[in-house]
Amino acid sequence: MREELLTLIEKNSKIGLKELSVLLGVDEASVLQELEALEKEGVICGYHTLIDWEKTSIEKVTALIEVRVTPQRGQGFDSIAERIYNYPEVRAAYLISGGYDLLIILEEKSLREIANFVSDKLSTLDSVLSTATHFVLKKYKYHGTIISKKHDDEREIVTP
Amino acid sequence: MTKELSKKVIAIKPSGIRKFFDLVSEMQDVISLGVGEPDFDTPWHIRDEGIYALEKGRTFYTSNSGLKALRQEISNYIKRTQNILYNPDNEIIVTVGGSEAIDIGIRALVNDGDEVIIPQPSYVSYEPCALLANAKPVIINLKAENEFRLTSDELLNAITEKTKILILPFPNNPTGSIMDKDDLEKIAKVIIEKDIYVMSDEIYSELSYKDKHVSIASLPQMKERTILINGFSKAYAMTGWRLGYACAPKEIIKQMTKIHQYAIMCAPTTSQYAAVEALKNGDNDVAMMRQSYNQRRRFLLNAFKEMNLPCFEPFGAFYVFPCIKEFGMTSEEFATRLLQEEKVAAIPGNAFGDSGEGYLRISYAYSLDNLKKAMERLGRFVKKLREEKSK
Repeated sequence: MREELLTLIEKNSKIGLKELSVLLGVDEASVLQELEALEKEGVICGYHTLIDWEKTSIEKVTALIEVRVTPQRGQGFDSIAERIYNYPEVRAAYLISGGYDLLIILEEKSLREIANFVSDKLSTLDSVLSTATHFVLKKYKYHGTIISKKHDDEREIVTP
Repeated sequence: MTKELSKKVIAIKPSGIRKFFDLVSEMQDVISLGVGEPDFDTPWHIRDEGIYALEKGRTFYTSNSGLKALRQEISNYIKRTQNILYNPDNEIIVTVGGSEAIDIGIRALVNDGDEVIIPQPSYVSYEPCALLANAKPVIINLKAENEFRLTSDELLNAITEKTKILILPFPNNPTGSIMDKDDLEKIAKVIIEKDIYVMSDEIYSELSYKDKHVSIASLPQMKERTILINGFSKAYAMTGWRLGYACAPKEIIKQMTKIHQYAIMCAPTTSQYAAVEALKNGDNDVAMMRQSYNQRRRFLLNAFKEMNLPCFEPFGAFYVFPCIKEFGMTSEEFATRLLQEEKVAAIPGNAFGDSGEGYLRISYAYSLDNLKKAMERLGRFVKKLREEKSK
């Protein structure tokens, strides 16, 4: 049940206990118990909402920043990563294999704020060797959801 | 023109589903529960393979029986799911949907006046296909108390000296009923004893929510007398690609191939390339879709329970078949009023045979949101009818 439960709430965190119990074919108490266990184990880290900010009047700019860093003795990349991901404007941070080390996803209100973050906060860190900033022009798909497209049911209404 | 058209064809009734479709298509904002096809798009990697085949200019006829690579994959698939070995060279034919396989399979087996046993409620095309082949359809009206499974007694009673084929349509459209191994063994015993053929239409085999589907062809002495029909429409959400197949002893496939060769030539080439990808790398997609259908199935059964609408628990396909006899209306009356008063389209059970009278086919090949709205409306409708009745 665990995998099926996770798949369901990953798609819809608003889904209620009763509905989960119906869809999974197990009683509500067991679903609740499993949910609590998953939260306690840290498998479930939060319940978020997917928002297409472009449809609002609120300005958001997203940038992907490639960062090359010098790993520190005994710490590897973890301590420099922590210094970066602690900034609340950092939405995501990954250690990456290949041509650079960290991939940082930043969300800000304007280009200037992103530029400030990179020049004032990121580049000035001792172990940061270089950065390359890519601005997101359009989001097509995010968190497994296709943003723009509303899919109409094009099937015939009645078929054998 | 004064010359008369074919009497045989004129005598065949158009599908009852068609009649209902004409009614529905005049209305706006209908929530439909009426389709017999998946709501998922064909998985992208399969579509991509079709596109790639077009880009590469693979736009020619294939051999009559289908691409060798596809027949090989079909053979592998049946080996790994049913442990039956079909020789891809002469025991498999790729057809235009499972429906073509039904047609040419019956035509390859029957002589004029041979009897074809058709358990109903079931898919609408067995009976007309038998009639077009000058065979005589013999209907078995399956019973709700058996959860619409075929029993060996019912089969025995229907068999005569002229019986040639039993059609075995499980998992079943429209009831969602399945036959497990025990059920099939009893049927197989009769079939072997009476020496008839079976056409096992297993198009919904992947949509089985209890145990893995068992094919009757996998039982001892059954492969030699079975035409196993399957296809890509339901399992891989590929209805529009029009691709199915039949597996049978080579003597039968040889005759079926002749009809196919002259009537069709070969199944669509693009679809065949896409289908190779489906069988090679599609297992995860099938599992994902099966899980989703199963959730919706549970949702509907729970909704019926809450509105006190009797329905046996079906474990196959994507249909539920609730009983509406308490309202004292025919299936058509019920479905028509449901459509007019609540704008919900569901198919009257009698469209699938007389034994479907008093039932409604509800498809769950729809998003949960859609099903929720539909169940709200159905619940309201059922309540209203009960109030009308108690007055």
